[in-house]
Amino acid sequence: MIRAFVFVIANLLGISTVLASGGDGVPLKHVDVNFSDKAALYRGAETYLARCATCHSAKYMRYGRVATDLKLNKNQLAALLPPGAKPGSEMMGFMSEDYAKETFGVVPPDLSLIARVKGADWLYTYLTSFYADPTKRWGVNNAVFPDVGMPDVFAAEQGVLQPVYTDVKLPDGSIDKRLSHLEGPLVPGSMSPAEFDHTVKDLVSFMVYMSEPAKMQRMTYGPYVLIFILIFMVLLYLVKKEYWRDIKKVPDND
Amino acid sequence: MIKKLGKWVDDRLPISHFWNAHLAQYYVPRNFNFWYFFGSILLTIFVIQIVTGIWLAMSYKPSASEAFNSVEYIMRDVHWGWLIRYMHSTGASFFFIAVYLHMFRGMMYGSYKKPRELIWIFGVLILLALMAEAFMGYLLPWGQMSFWGAQVIISLFGSIPYIGPDLALWIRGDYVVSDVTLNRFFALHVIALPLVLLFLIGGHIMALHEVGSNNPDGREIKNNKDEHGKPVDGIPFHPYYTVKDLLGVGVFLFLFALVIFYWPDGGGKFLEAPNFIPADPLKTPEHIAPVWYFAPHYAILRAIPDKFLGVIAMGSAILIFFFMPWIDRGMTKSIRYRSLAFKVILFSFVIAFISLGYLGTQPVSYWHTLFARIFTVIYFGFFVALFVVSRVEKTKPVPERLT
Repeated sequence: MIRAFVFVIANLLGISTVLASGGDGVPLKHVDVNFSDKAALYRGAETYLARCATCHSAKYMRYGRVATDLKLNKNQLAALLPPGAKPGSEMMGFMSEDYAKETFGVVPPDLSLIARVKGADWLYTYLTSFYADPTKRWGVNNAVFPDVGMPDVFAAEQGVLQPVYTDVKLPDGSIDKRLSHLEGPLVPGSMSPAEFDHTVKDLVSFMVYMSEPAKMQRMTYGPYVLIFILIFMVLLYLVKKEYWRDIKKVPDND
Repeated sequence: MIKKLGKWVDDRLPISHFWNAHLAQYYVPRNFNFWYFFGSILLTIFVIQIVTGIWLAMSYKPSASEAFNSVEYIMRDVHWGWLIRYMHSTGASFFFIAVYLHMFRGMMYGSYKKPRELIWIFGVLILLALMAEAFMGYLLPWGQMSFWGAQVIISLFGSIPYIGPDLALWIRGDYVVSDVTLNRFFALHVIALPLVLLFLIGGHIMALHEVGSNNPDGREIKNNKDEHGKPVDGIPFHPYYTVKDLLGVGVFLFLFALVIFYWPDGGGKFLEAPNFIPADPLKTPEHIAPVWYFAPHYAILRAIPDKFLGVIAMGSAILIFFFMPWIDRGMTKSIRYRSLAFKVILFSFVIAFISLGYLGTQPVSYWHTLFARIFTVIYFGFFVALFVVSRVEKTKPVPERLT
């Protein structure tokens, strides 16, 4: 019967491994997010404020909370704060909604929870998969987000990647061009590929943190709670064993 | 002094009577196994949901413009708000895991059979109330899945001939799910349904204590009493099962904490990713999937080509449990002494239920629909087969004493 139970649980876990996939079947690149590397998270916060916050808000996140969680000193916090913002201020975007609507047609989405919606791997792949596409408004397109409305904010650092297309034969016999993969930029960016990769990974780490700051506390308190309950369990087991000593199984009485 | 006060109260309130009748002198079979932990675990989860729910309601705002914000406020700015919220959201999923296992126990050991029909009926009523409670609670975070899930489920009522559209309108209080719907669901979720659940759980336990527990052998301990009138195979609930159930609750708490601290979104099953996008009535998500615990029923709904017949099938899939005590016509209760045929159909039912649960979360495709239909047939086929098998099966003799 225990086996049946394990079977049930295994199935419950099994159904939960639904893989997220990018548009056009582009495989997602994996990124490890490490919350204990506070310096990386701080670099990510700097990049976020320098690049993302110009257009995007993160209205559920407060500057002071970032400082507390990343154990920043006064100067480090001051370096993050935009003019006029207090530690208790929410991380609103620097662009007015009217201007954003004029420029992009829409107000760029709030990014507070984007990592919980899309996942770290998607964000990492998305941010590194812009490529040249002169037919689009900003001259770029994205491998996991086709017809994206956002310009390539890292074009100067990464350089503009070049697309390679393959011909796909459709059922009706016509040929369709599909994106196969991306190649290095014609003009190199200001960062080496490794350097750029680190920058984006730090940024993604920060965005994962931002989507759930409570994860810091979860990780901190988790072991203590589990050890406490474990000790509680052992004591309960001993109590149970002591009480049940006088209950014996009745031998087969015929 | 304390003793005197205690006696004074006891003379006026049946405290010691209650203690003896339900704990210290309430006799329980001594051979409960793993499957008998879930009753007390469910009671624990119920208390956890009530207590965390009270604290969540202190900071939650049931309005379409503020609901999503207030949940994030709880997650970020309220002290320990994240813990209380995760306890509540994880508690909902654990509630259903434990309920389904608890029901499976009843089916394995024939715990719904005479004289326990009412206990079982109370149990099915609890399941129905719990489903309503969970469904309404799921709307409250006001994310995309909250909104569109409610939209889809309420529209099912609209498929009922003649009264359907008006009924759906009456439930929503609006032409679409809106602020009005959110407010009434909040009222039902925090007051009405918890009260209903409390009464039903009370009835479930009162009926249980009237006839006493079944056990893995399915033999009534009351039929074999010693010279003092005590069942020879029974032991007092307290202290034996209080300490044993506490151990069960301890193990449960460990698993519960493990999920809360390290896996609170349950791989996207306990908290779904699209639900971190605020509800947008103008933007339908690509794929609307119910929460995992409704997925088997949703799969049955989709397996039927006609919407209204699908709704009937989905409803029947739950309501049919009311008739279990009479569908199963066998005299032998426990799976231990029943035929191979019984074991085969019960196991098939479990497979069908789990498979439907998987299919209910998947997008519609040819194969998914085909398999959903096959498993729907197996699901209902179980009850038909049980009706026949239980009459003709050859059972093994049940031992005189509990093993």
